[in-house]
Amino acid sequence: MSKKYIDIKKIKKRILLEKIAKALIVLFVAVIPSIPIWLMYLGLIAQAFSSKVTLGIIPNGFTLKNWRFLWSTIQMGLKKYPNIWPITINSLYLALGTALLVTFVAGLAGYALSRMEFRGRTKMMEFILALHAFPSIVLLIALFVLLNKLGLYGRGFITLTGVMITKAALEAPMGAWIMKGFFDNVPWDIEWAALVDGCNRLTAWRKVILPLVLPGFAAVAVFAFLAGWAEFIMAFTFIREDRWWPLSVMIYHVIGEYKFVDWGFLAALSLFYALPTIIFFVFSQKLLLRIYVGGVKG
Amino acid sequence: MVSVKLDKVSKYFGKVKAVDDVTLYIRDGEFVTLLGPSGCGKTTTLLMIAGIYKPTKGRIYFDDIDVTDIPPKDRNVGMVFQSYALYPHMTVYNNIAFPLKLKKLPKNEIDKKVREVAKLLKIDHLLDRKPSQLSGGQQQRVALARALVKEPDVLLLDEPLSNLDALLRVYMRAELKRLQKTLGITAIYVTHDQIEALSMSDRIVVMNNGRIQQTGTPDEIYSKPSNTFVASFIGTPPMNLIPCRVIDGKTLECLGFKYVFKDEIAEKILNEHKEVYFGIRPEDIVITNKDNGDAEATILVVEPIGKDLVITIQLEEEHTIKILAPPSINLKPGDKIYLKFKKEKIHLFDKKTGQRIEYIIKKGEE
Repeated sequence: MSKKYIDIKKIKKRILLEKIAKALIVLFVAVIPSIPIWLMYLGLIAQAFSSKVTLGIIPNGFTLKNWRFLWSTIQMGLKKYPNIWPITINSLYLALGTALLVTFVAGLAGYALSRMEFRGRTKMMEFILALHAFPSIVLLIALFVLLNKLGLYGRGFITLTGVMITKAALEAPMGAWIMKGFFDNVPWDIEWAALVDGCNRLTAWRKVILPLVLPGFAAVAVFAFLAGWAEFIMAFTFIREDRWWPLSVMIYHVIGEYKFVDWGFLAALSLFYALPTIIFFVFSQKLLLRIYVGGVKG
Repeated sequence: MVSVKLDKVSKYFGKVKAVDDVTLYIRDGEFVTLLGPSGCGKTTTLLMIAGIYKPTKGRIYFDDIDVTDIPPKDRNVGMVFQSYALYPHMTVYNNIAFPLKLKKLPKNEIDKKVREVAKLLKIDHLLDRKPSQLSGGQQQRVALARALVKEPDVLLLDEPLSNLDALLRVYMRAELKRLQKTLGITAIYVTHDQIEALSMSDRIVVMNNGRIQQTGTPDEIYSKPSNTFVASFIGTPPMNLIPCRVIDGKTLECLGFKYVFKDEIAEKILNEHKEVYFGIRPEDIVITNKDNGDAEATILVVEPIGKDLVITIQLEEEHTIKILAPPSINLKPGDKIYLKFKKEKIHLFDKKTGQRIEYIIKKGEE
């Protein structure tokens, strides 16, 4: 027998230890911190579907009473809340409009930032990043003055549209920045090939480059939609009539106006509000992760 | 089919002169190769001919038409890119049909042409696939089909073979040349691979630092390089350049040896130059005995490459040159050998300018 250089047992032991160490790290970094978050969601669901809840998460007696806002108008004390469906449509209008505007602007601007040479391009990109560092709340007073002067304050649908445009304007720069990254990944060769094949710059963009950056568009659209859906502060400040509230403002009023809070109603409404976010993520997760630009290699 | 003329074309990127004052005439139906190291401006030249870059200075003509300001889509050129640049979201069929669809040809005509060119390139069984499902060689054919389907006046090829494996490359070289001659199409081919250039081209344009170094047939480029750059770029291994001092009109004192031209060389010409490079290709050096030898040298490395041995030898101090020898020869590092230079294959270049010194050997000597 030759001398043993490899001690299989020792190596197996070491591999096992490494596995345990990795599992422990995952436990402490990812599992334990997420327990409270899961508990909160469980509590939310429990609250929404049961008549009585003990210790915050243990449901007691199934009921759909908390969801009555879906088919009737809610009245609490003197306050009568508006019907949920127009409010939902307001939120959808705000979110979809924002997504549409942002995608449109970001698609063109991202292409220009990525592909076109013009003076001050780098400065502009830095400026865009800097802009994004400011929260929209700092613009509130200026916007208020502006909308007031333009006569757009408290004008129902028009004000809602104004909020949407403002929101889109705030989201578009970051969208453009994201899209720039996607356009950067499309090789010049492919665009040049399209030009030689008979495209002009716009048709090359539309027929060849656009299909390659679709995942980017999906990402930007989803983020913009969620931003629009979550928009609260501007809608809260500028929209006066409850008929034109988005959902976020309605939830605020459920909590805010009375000392007495119907927790079941609030939980159900919040769950309802969170639904599109959940649905969007379930369906777009794959698309967001699958980025196939970069041409084909042999 | 057209002829292509570049008239004093330059392209600057900021302060970088990518292409500098290039004048070139490519005949109708000719296969011309732009050859040079990376960054020499050959691809930039090609992209200017395609219309993707606009020249900073100079004009480009297709036949007599000035196309300098015409966008690529109206030039009727076909182009194959190094990366093939296939559209990953389209099938092979749609990739090939794309230029025709943009021309708004009727559907049945598109179909006929696509199938024709696919058959010509033997990819007719792949039409339903996506580019990512193809091998490198197949992608290359699709790219070629897409370039040819619109029956371009000029075919531009940017290193189309460099991503293929060695075997396929040799095959495609012959295939491309055959195709070009059958179709009679004017082709401009960019490569850094001298073997491709020498084997495929009617004429080669050697470029370096954005400038044309030499234009000529493969034979001219190989046997009469116009300067030291061309001499040392072409040939594997490249030409040996040995620095020499001119003693008088006939004698050169080179590193490690003295070379005396008999009176064949015009004295006057050599007298005009003080220092020269003595250029000799590896295959033009013969190992001989002491009495016949022009120079003495020591062997450093012996590399068998199959057909031949590449032998690196030291002349003096640090200066090494390479020679080719038949594999039957039995040599090892450290051996002393004597070299004989084939007289009619000696090239001389001015050391300062690098330009070739033309001299004439009188016939009937020796």
